[in-house]
This record gives sequence, structure tokens and C-alpha cells, in this order.
Amino acid sequence: MDSFRDKLIPVTSILAGVVVLWYVFAVILNAPFQRDLDRRAGETPALSEFIGKTLSQPKPTLPAPHQVAVNFFENTFLRPVTSNRSLVYNAWVTLSSTLLGFAFGTGLGIIIAVGIVHVATLDRSLMPWIIASQTIPILAVAPMIIVVLAAIGITGLVPKAMISTYLSFFPVTVGMVKGLRSPEIMHLDLMHTYNASASQTFWKLRVPASVPFLFTSMKVAVAASLVGAIVGELPTGAVAGIGAKLLAGAYYSQSIDIWSTLVAGSVVAALLVMVVGIAGRIVDRAMGGRPA
Amino acid sequence: MNWLKPSWQAVLAIMLCLIALALGAMSKPEAAALADPAASFNYPFLGTKGLMLGLVLLAALISMTRIPPLAEAVVLFVGAHLVGWLLISGISGFEGTALAPYFLLLTAAWLLGWRCVAVLSGLRPMANWARSALRLIIPAIFGAWILIIWEAVTRGAGIPFILLPPPSAIGARIASSLPVLGADVRQTIFKAVIFGYVVGSGAGFITAILADRVPFLRRGLLPIGNMVSALPIIGVAPIMVMWFGFDWQSKAAVVIIMTFFPMLVNTVAGLAASGHMERDLMRTYASGYWQTLLKLRLPAAAPFIFNALKINSTLALIGAIVAEFFGTPVVGMGFRISTEVGRMNIDMVWAEIAVAALAGSVFYGVVALVERAVTFWHPSVRGG
Repeated sequence: MDSFRDKLIPVTSILAGVVVLWYVFAVILNAPFQRDLDRRAGETPALSEFIGKTLSQPKPTLPAPHQVAVNFFENTFLRPVTSNRSLVYNAWVTLSSTLLGFAFGTGLGIIIAVGIVHVATLDRSLMPWIIASQTIPILAVAPMIIVVLAAIGITGLVPKAMISTYLSFFPVTVGMVKGLRSPEIMHLDLMHTYNASASQTFWKLRVPASVPFLFTSMKVAVAASLVGAIVGELPTGAVAGIGAKLLAGAYYSQSIDIWSTLVAGSVVAALLVMVVGIAGRIVDRAMGGRPA
Repeated sequence: MNWLKPSWQAVLAIMLCLIALALGAMSKPEAAALADPAASFNYPFLGTKGLMLGLVLLAALISMTRIPPLAEAVVLFVGAHLVGWLLISGISGFEGTALAPYFLLLTAAWLLGWRCVAVLSGLRPMANWARSALRLIIPAIFGAWILIIWEAVTRGAGIPFILLPPPSAIGARIASSLPVLGADVRQTIFKAVIFGYVVGSGAGFITAILADRVPFLRRGLLPIGNMVSALPIIGVAPIMVMWFGFDWQSKAAVVIIMTFFPMLVNTVAGLAASGHMERDLMRTYASGYWQTLLKLRLPAAAPFIFNALKINSTLALIGAIVAEFFGTPVVGMGFRISTEVGRMNIDMVWAEIAVAALAGSVFYGVVALVERAVTFWHPSVRGG
């Protein structure tokens, strides 16, 4: 169990350190407010009691981990899934637009990449713009897309999915262009000696060679897609979704809610990346890839 | 037919022109004038319609004769852009009245532009300067055509202003509200982004060096850092706004958190990049840890570090702008975007986005230039 000793122990001990630090900071950050409360109530609690109080405020500056965990557990497992306070429901709302946008973005990215690899004009004219567009803060467009599409009567899933599409197709395009070009000259020459047509070379050499690149960039894309869906929910006062819940939490200073929503978002992100990774491994094995 | 070399773009452009000619009126006022010759004579493209059709046909035909590629590209360039300019300038005052031939002509001109780009990308000049000029010109023509089509379609079809303003209106808006844009840039970029970027990247770098000294820390931090990079960190924005208030400090905090992990992961990967041979050589020189670090491993890690700096330049802008959606003083790019969207001043939003795009590109460009200067020895820089 080398990987166990190499990875698990350091990771868990660092995570444990983070939790301890979190508790310490929770006490330090919540202390001023608690002291204020106690002074007004005329109480002088003992130190242990004081610390206990700082860790159980209803709207703490920094909620303690167990508060977040309890809130997360309540909102995930104890509420009916249809309730709009349920994290499962909100995560599903965000997840659905993430997945729709991710599917569109991956498809679009692959199509553009195929075009760029095969049409020299596109390679020379479009590729520089795609690279340049990665340097601009695209998320700034999100509110406008939502509001403008709402003005012409398109609301709900599609506008959010469009932002996700926009964010997720760049990594896929760049990765796929790299992947489709990854076969070596030797292999291309071999296809040449077989008298293979362009489409045969594409399907039998370029596509298989690009699959690992595709899944690597899809991992990046699915994470970006989730960020796009969350930010897409911010500006419109959306009623449901992880972004909407973050915004509501910010308005009403429900810090515990914000943290547990963040945890939910992270869980969704980790699951998505994991699913893409597993899919990649399955495809790799189905294609006869051997573990390196 | 030795003097003819047909291209599908030019042939299609000629066909579109002929269809446009057959369909007749290019705009509703012109159709009305044709129906009732006695009424008015004031309609768009009064004198330029024939000119535009002729230009497209002429350019398409010349491009198909056997002339040097450079001459062909120039003819196509002039023809396509002249027609585009005539179309856009002709429709002004008659927005929203364009009929099918208008769009057919636009498509024909665009096809010529495409042909021009295709000819240019086929060129293989020997001189270095010509090659780098081509590398700039080809994408520039592509970008120009996106703007031309955007402008011509929004004005020709009369797309409502709040849906999609034409680029000219956005440009005018930028010119007329420079002070506001300047204040926003100062608030968002010069205060929040730069401070957060420097502190976040610096902290990530120092942590990476620390992790390098302590292998236990590295084995623990690297998987965590890799995982965090997939998480929607942007969600900490409301928490930071609660902690640090509405002003730029909270945005800088978001930027610090967003830029920390890419820097950490990349620097740790970069510090492992130097080969065993080189490290053994340093050992035979009896150099200490810090000497090896400064003279061998950090230079070897430079490409990775600059990669992180480039990723961070975009992340920092996104972080600061999105954090402003959660609350700011009444200035800042994110604030302006969210309020002007609410007031349906879409042209102002586009102006702000254009400025953000420019700032992002400049930021990235500066990092890339510094990289070229610092890692001049690296194959990817020496190669081109």
C-alpha cells in the first residue's frame, strides 16, 4: 500500500490541520461579536463556555465546521427533495444547466477543432482568436446574456447553459486541436502507405489519438461549465440553484447557508470531474489502452 | 481555359450577386419607390447599388484569373471591404428596412473576404517579417469581418438596440464615457486585481518552495491543490464581501484565493522538472539546497511558473469582476456591468466588456513578454 502511505496520510493530516485551523479562526473571528453580546447581557462566561458560544452563533462571521456540516446534512438529506431550500434541489437546478451547457460546449469544441485541423484558413484566422479569447474575462458577459435573452422571452435553462457552453468549449477546442495533431509523422506516413483516404486517416488514426486529450480537456471544461452555471444565476435574481442560494445567503447574511452551499457546489464539481475521469478510463480501456 | 482558376467562394459570390440583382429592391423604401415612381426618390443605395454589384462581380472575376496570389489577395481585400463599407454607410438613416438582396450582397462580400484569407493562408513567404505580418493580418481580417457582419446585420435588420447594439454604437459609448470607464478600471484592476494577483501568486510560490523542502507537505498539498482547481472557488466571493466589506479589499481577497492554487500546483510541478543529471552535477559542485534552487531548479521551473502567471491573469480579472456582483461601492467594472444591465443600457455593458477584454489581453501580453525575456533559453521561445 505505497499509495496509501504516500498520499492518504499526508492528505488526511493536512486536511485535519485545516479543520483545526478553521476552528481556531472561527473562535478568533467570532469572539468580538460574542464579547459584545455578553457585555450587553452583563455576563462574564468562563473561557470554555465562551468558546462554545462562539462556535454556535446563528450568524457567525466564520461558521465552525460542525455547523456547516449539520446545515449541509439537514439541507441535503432531511428536507424533501422538492423543497426549494433543499440543497439537492438547488444543486440539481445548477447541474442540469451545467450538463446541457457542457454537452453543447463539448460538441461545439470538437466541431471547431475538426474544422481547424482540416481547413487551413480556419487554422490561420480562427485559432488566434480562440487563444486570445482565453485571456479575456468572459464571465463578465454572463449577466448580459441572461438579461438580453430574458428580454426576448428566453428564460430558464437555456441562457445559463449558453454561458456554460461558452466557457466549456475553449478548453475542448484547444485540447482537441492538440489531440488531432498528436499523431506522429511516422504514423501519418504509414497511413499514406496503406493508401488510406483522408476520412480513414481521421477515424482510424487521428480520432483514437485525440481521445486522451479530449478527456483531459473535458475535465477542465466540466469544471468551467459549473462555474458558468453558478455565475449565470447571480445577476438575475434566479429563484433556484447554487448561485441563487449563494446570493440569497449574502443578502440575508446567512453565513452558514453560504458555506454549506459552497460545500454542495464543491461536491458537485468533484463528482463531475470524477465521472468524466472514470468515463475517460473506461473509454481508454475499451480502446485497448494499457496503463502506462 | 488556362487563365481561369475557379474558387467556390468566388463562384458562389457571383451567383449571390445575380440572385440579388434578380430580386431587385434592396430595401423597403426602394421597393416603395419602384412601385410608385412618382412618389419619392429618397432610398438607400440610390447611387451605390450598381457600384456594389459591379465591385463584387469584378473582384470575384479578377480573383479567378491567373494572377499572382498577392495581387489576388489585394483585389479581394479591396473589393470585399469596399462593398462592406458601402453597405454599412448606405443603410444609415434607413435602419431596419433592408430586404433579402442586402443580406445576399453582404454574404457575397464575406465570401470574397474568406477567399482573401484563404489565399493569404496559402502564401508561404520566405522573409521573416512577411511571415509575422501574415500571422497578424489573417486573424485581423477575420476579426474585422465579425465586426462588419455584426454592424451590417444589426443595422440592416433593425435589431433592437437593447438586444445587440452595433459595434459603432459601442465605440461611441466608449469614447463618450471614458472618465467612468477609467474610474472603474482604477477601482477594479489597479486596486483589487493587481494587489490580489501579486499577493496570491507570491503566496502560492512561497508555499510551493516550502512544500518542496518538506516532502510530507508536498505529498499532502499537491492532491488537494489539484482538486481545488476544479472547485467553483468563485463562490467564496459573498463570504469575502461579508468579511472585508464592500471596497476593493474583499475583491483582492477573492483574487488571492483564486490565484493561490494554480501557482502552487504549477510551481511544485516545475521544481520537479529539472533532470537528474543536472541535479547530480550540482551535487558534484557541492552546492547547497538554496544554490541548487536558485541556479538550477527555479530557472528550470520558469516555464511552469509563467504558465501559472498567465492562467492567473485571467482568473484574477474574473474573480474581481464577479466578486463585484455581490456588492461594491458605486464604482467598478463588475458593479457597472450588473447595474447597467438592470437599466437596459446594453451599449454601456458592451463598452465595459470591451475594456475588460482589452485589459485582460494587455495583462496577458505583459506576462507573455516578461516570459520571453526571462526564459529566452527555452526551446519554445527560441523556436519562434
